[in-house]
Amino acid sequence: MKVRYFAWVRERVGKTEEDIDPPAGVATIGDLVDWLARQGEGYAYAFENPNVVRSAIDKRHVRSDAQIAGASEIAFFPPMTGG
Amino acid sequence: MSVIVRLQREAFDAASEVAALTRSRTDIGAVVIFTGICRADEDGEPIAALNLEHYPDMAEAEIGRHIEAARQRWPLLGVTVIHRYGRIVPGEGIVLVVTASTHRQAAFAAAEFLMDYLKTRAPFWKQVEKPGGKTSDKIWVEARASDDTAAERWKPAPTKREPAN
Repeated sequence: MKVRYFAWVRERVGKTEEDIDPPAGVATIGDLVDWLARQGEGYAYAFENPNVVRSAIDKRHVRSDAQIAGASEIAFFPPMTGG
Repeated sequence: MSVIVRLQREAFDAASEVAALTRSRTDIGAVVIFTGICRADEDGEPIAALNLEHYPDMAEAEIGRHIEAARQRWPLLGVTVIHRYGRIVPGEGIVLVVTASTHRQAAFAAAEFLMDYLKTRAPFWKQVEKPGGKTSDKIWVEARASDDTAAERWKPAPTKREPAN
């Protein structure tokens, strides 16, 4: 599945997007955040406070208990500051 | 209802957007225009510009969902939302919301509702560019709790499909 990062999450991870293949057992957004946070220093920094980072599945906001099965695009980003 | 959603790098002109929304219509009795403008300071510190990052497809979809929610709550005849991205200097518009209805109450309320949701739910992120232009002078704007509070007051959203108990 494709993962996209925005704003300071993107800067900390050091990528705008990537294709990932998480292991079995990574079922929810929360599980994915835990797994990503172990993929390197930048990821650990980006997800150091997992409650702050927001997420979307296929361009809709979701909570950390959302199931990721069947998702084609997952995004992580800081709280929004538009408008 | 006529709905226009545009995400663009270029500046917008509020007057011509209102003219486009109301052209050759005689059913509209009220138009409310909200323009969010880039200030020359952020938290008391001078700024050179704002740089807005966005999540293109989701931003459009999310704004569309909030317009639909507004349409279910108020008798609207037209909505235009324009949100800019990229570099915006003080004095320039960032966001434009135009709502049209038969009477003013719906137009005022819907414009406020849309702005409160745009602030907290539309995937845009502002970065402040400090005078001087060094990379180290670029700081992400932090979300404000007061914006969350403003959006919260519209909940629960009683819709035609899910009447409030």
